[in-house]
Amino acid sequence: MHSLAALTPLGGPLPKTEKIGTLTISEITNCALASVTLRRGKDQAFAVAAETLFATALPAPGVWQQAGVYGLIWMGPDQWFIEAPFASHEDIAQILKAGLGDSASVTEQTDGWVRFDVQGARVVDLLERLCPAPSRRMQTGAATRTLLEHMGCLVICRETAQHFSLLAPRSYAKSLAHALTAAARSIG
Amino acid sequence: MIINHPLLGPRDSQEFTYLGDASLIERPDWQAADAVDQFYDYLYLRDNPAGLHRELWYHEQGDRSWLVVTRNTLTHDITSVELARDVAKAKGRST
Amino acid sequence: MSQINRIAGGLIDRQKTLEFQFDGKTYQGHPGDTLASALLANGVRLMGRSFKYHRPRGPLTAGSEEPNAIVALRAGARQEPNARATVAELYDGLTARSQNHIGRLSFDLLAVNDLLSPFFAAGFYYKTFMWPKAFWEKLYEPIIRRAAGLGSLSGQPDPDLYDKGFLHCDLLIIGAGPAGLAAALTAGRSGADVILADEDFVLGGRLNSETYRLDEATGADWARAAVAELASLPNVRLMARTTVLGAFDHGIYGALERVADHLPSPAAGTPRQILWRIYTKRSLLCAGAIERPIAFENNDRPGIMLGSALRSYANRWGAAVGQEVAIFTNNDEGHSTARDLLAKGLRIAAVIDSRADAPKSTAYEVLAGAVVTNTAGRLGLRSVTVGLPNGQSRRIDCQALGVSGGWNPNVHLTCHQRGRPSWDAGLAAFVPGANLPMGMSVAGAAMGQMSTTAALASGAAAAVACLADLGVSASLPKLPATEDSPLRLTPLFHVPGKGRAWLDQQNDVTVKDVKLAHQEGYISVEHLKRYTTLGMATDQGKTSNIGGLAVMAEMTGKSIPETGTTMFRPPYTPVSIAAFAGRASGVDFRPTRLTPSHHWAAEQGAVFVEVGMWLRAQWFPRAGETTWRQSVDREVLATRKSVGICDVTTLGKIDVQGTDAAEFLNRIYANAFGKLGVGKVRYGLMLREDGIAMDDGTTARLAEDHFVTTTTTANAVGVYRHLEFCRQCLWPDLDVQIISTTEAWAQYSIAGPNARKLLEKIVDPAFDISNAAFPYMGCGEITVCGGLRARLFRISFSGELAFELAVPTRYGDALMRRLVEDGREYDATVYGTEALGVMRIEKGHAAGNELNGTSTALNLGMGGMVSKKKDAIGSTLSEREGLNQPDALRLVGFRPVDPQHNFAAGSHLIGKDAEANAANDQGYLTSVAFSPSLGHSIGLGYLKNGAARTGEILRAVNPVQNAETLVEVVSAHFIDPEGERLRA
Repeated sequence: MHSLAALTPLGGPLPKTEKIGTLTISEITNCALASVTLRRGKDQAFAVAAETLFATALPAPGVWQQAGVYGLIWMGPDQWFIEAPFASHEDIAQILKAGLGDSASVTEQTDGWVRFDVQGARVVDLLERLCPAPSRRMQTGAATRTLLEHMGCLVICRETAQHFSLLAPRSYAKSLAHALTAAARSIG
Repeated sequence: MIINHPLLGPRDSQEFTYLGDASLIERPDWQAADAVDQFYDYLYLRDNPAGLHRELWYHEQGDRSWLVVTRNTLTHDITSVELARDVAKAKGRST
Repeated sequence: MSQINRIAGGLIDRQKTLEFQFDGKTYQGHPGDTLASALLANGVRLMGRSFKYHRPRGPLTAGSEEPNAIVALRAGARQEPNARATVAELYDGLTARSQNHIGRLSFDLLAVNDLLSPFFAAGFYYKTFMWPKAFWEKLYEPIIRRAAGLGSLSGQPDPDLYDKGFLHCDLLIIGAGPAGLAAALTAGRSGADVILADEDFVLGGRLNSETYRLDEATGADWARAAVAELASLPNVRLMARTTVLGAFDHGIYGALERVADHLPSPAAGTPRQILWRIYTKRSLLCAGAIERPIAFENNDRPGIMLGSALRSYANRWGAAVGQEVAIFTNNDEGHSTARDLLAKGLRIAAVIDSRADAPKSTAYEVLAGAVVTNTAGRLGLRSVTVGLPNGQSRRIDCQALGVSGGWNPNVHLTCHQRGRPSWDAGLAAFVPGANLPMGMSVAGAAMGQMSTTAALASGAAAAVACLADLGVSASLPKLPATEDSPLRLTPLFHVPGKGRAWLDQQNDVTVKDVKLAHQEGYISVEHLKRYTTLGMATDQGKTSNIGGLAVMAEMTGKSIPETGTTMFRPPYTPVSIAAFAGRASGVDFRPTRLTPSHHWAAEQGAVFVEVGMWLRAQWFPRAGETTWRQSVDREVLATRKSVGICDVTTLGKIDVQGTDAAEFLNRIYANAFGKLGVGKVRYGLMLREDGIAMDDGTTARLAEDHFVTTTTTANAVGVYRHLEFCRQCLWPDLDVQIISTTEAWAQYSIAGPNARKLLEKIVDPAFDISNAAFPYMGCGEITVCGGLRARLFRISFSGELAFELAVPTRYGDALMRRLVEDGREYDATVYGTEALGVMRIEKGHAAGNELNGTSTALNLGMGGMVSKKKDAIGSTLSEREGLNQPDALRLVGFRPVDPQHNFAAGSHLIGKDAEANAANDQGYLTSVAFSPSLGHSIGLGYLKNGAARTGEILRAVNPVQNAETLVEVVSAHFIDPEGERLRA
């Protein structure tokens, strides 16, 4: 076990949670993340390996799907992000690469992103102040990349009109937190 | 403007970055006898139509797809949106 | 004096009284009042002075099209100039001041302009202030700016918040009058996603201002019931106080919601206004129509207003403009006004109807075939002079005159793309043309459906049609029976006469101005507008454009549609700049990106610099250091002497994988990558297709099919975009996958003779980082600090023995602290971007100053790197003759001949004895720094044929600061030119 202590994207030893009105904004750090990209001409092998690994096919464009411990998110043509619990999957890239072999390129993304989960009945009102994604129409499982206050973000609807995850490049953590809390106060 | 992404549906053009004429896909052969002339034409000589224009847009704040968008430069009507990769392959570009 | 002109009825809450101030005087009003209605109820007609002639003015309208009643709302930092009193909602404690006068509103010193008006006609400024030229800035402009113009800003920071927002709907209905409400009920009941937006704070449009019934209900009650039903539908979003200000491409609309303008101040943390971007599948414009005035001499006195405004003030706000009212009309509308006001107990002095066949009345006097020719009353209307059909004139005493010249469908938003309205001779007005913004339909009075019955029916029918386009079936609702009178109108735009008859009251443009413009040859309407400024005020001429066109048409002997059309641009009504800025002001102007060592650096008191959105430590001042140079010099010297640490996370990192990854890099970089061994790093120069250098960086080969390539901080986004372009558009079948990993890894440079010793304390013992095992330009995946996965690259930007160590970002802070702690025995020094820059100049490495968008590989001294054996982006065009002249610029070093002398980047290089001019220009300095290692200034720069001119003495000429320095051409590698340190 190494001797370096982790810091959260917001710079604290532990993730922060803020309650504003009925909304809860939580910094999520217990999630490992890796990108998986199909290699050219390996469609067949990739489909088989992915199905074996995740017990399901990878999702279509615009979709997040939970499959056992793995969250599967479509990110682009032939590309997915895979989520898994950090405690058990800190080496997620190795785990996935072992399963997918040379059918896919795998890249560790865990610390490339900051994730905030926003929960509460007014989450859509909050998102409507920040980003052009049609959050009111997004159903559980909808996932899309878009702009949020000048930051490129991944928006995932975990539960319709109740719970969304927002992921931005990690260095934006403070600005994204500011945008979310400001919008939460703004909607009153 | 709204760009109807072939995979993701209608998206605000704010999410995209514009490059220019889709003829940039047709990069000349470096080994052609007149390669310098061909590259010169490729890079510098473009049509500037008042009307339909095939142009490259990049979904930078999205799925990172390059798209070929056919847009009327007078009205902004967009009549077709294709994945640039498909267009490139159809034009015979491969490796 | 308490609300002497308050009359019965209206949608105001008389149970509550609100106090407000206008020009320092306290008045009372009620919830539901606007500032204008409350002032009128208090007998105040004079509300401002006109823009140019400082004529006394009162409201012309009761809505957002108001040209005259322009005031400054609130005080202090919240002062809002140029607000329309006609739409300013009254709240307790509101303060307002009139604008545009010196001295009292009732005795404006600048009213002298009015007496001088013969000199101030259209084009006056253009003609008069032309000469002498020097007078313009010093004399004319300050005087004009003081005399003209409208209100002023407070000059203090705006204390309020402004939000932006995004909404999506199937159908946006713009305007909640009869057509809009009928459409919203139709669409809402169908289940479609509907947004109904209206600029007013009470929905219902003219239904709230008219007295006719819808079935049994009053207009206001019917509207209230409709709104209540809509509010109960979850698929309908009602947006009152929301102005749809623009129609943009592909069904996108901008709308401004005034969340808190009707409150003393917004609740803490909440916005004053929200600028919404509304994405629609279809939209329905139900913006109604705007009544237009008739121009006649002195038609601008306070108390003269549109007939519809008189009705609104009386019916909706229970406010009379005066007890004795005259009406001037060219259509039946004027008679409705007379009946409504009579019913309110006001006296109708006369209805002056320009039509010979005017309706007769037993309730009031009708002067058929008559026109108003003049008026009297310095600060407010006292009487009107009527020209009778028999040629005689008659003076009629009154305090209010209601003018009805017909209705202009509110086509504003239909013009925002490229639509031009078309002329409807029956209405004598423009109606929406064929070329509407994408997805827009128009209904109700905006479409020329002028009766309430027609408006309701067309709103409902248009909603059904819009939804049918979307595949939603909606059925027509049962609509109430109501007013269905035809518009009976004989066009009359102005009454001929010698005096000044006002067309555009906000910009003080008269009928005579338009005639003068015509005389002077301004035939095009667009030129006319600019010459006279007609329609160019903040109201965009909503009440004046057609009048101006009509006068112009008369002059040219053409019809109005032949003369031109009137076009409108967003925004529909003025929007404060703060609303467009939203939250992007001050420190929140754009997001900030923080590096993994940011918190540690902040604890050290680092000075930060913005690099794009990144905040990077620029230097780390220590106790006793008073200038930045002391800190930077120390950081450089300590690094070169022992070891320095620098956070280089901001450099772009791109993971490149796939069986064709090496081939891909071969084509991306000018130099070859195919044979780079696993565990090795190579410098790469990336060209643009035109042969100019785009970016540079190092690429490490972690496995046969796996590379990590770096970009400069500034170009990270652009390079990634370029790689995706090449991958998708040029070589779509290459097996290569890329993804950014910039932020996944915290990466630190450890540089200096003791770099390896320090690292050996961090890197786990299983990994040998000796020079033999881990030579210069080596790389590998290792573990540190007892098992943490990490990447180590032996690369150097400083010229020293150096490594870059990367760990997962969450451990970056701890790694920095560990490096500092373990480095204490070597006096390890953390350095910032300044020291980084100094060291790279000392080493002669090109950076952004050199990769400046004009330099080629040859210029950079890397011409030999451009492989001729392969295809790479930019390689073909880099061979162009013009880029390969014998005297092409070459990157070389410079030092001052006298070491005490200094010189500046940007200086141009001129021969020792040559005149400093463009013809003698030999090149320029790109980067200059004081080198603490050498003890004098050093520079890098581009010099013609520079590689062959070592030892030559030139002048570095800086005409901007009027300085020049003798410099000697030297090697760009000031430190360790043989590279022994890097390989140590």
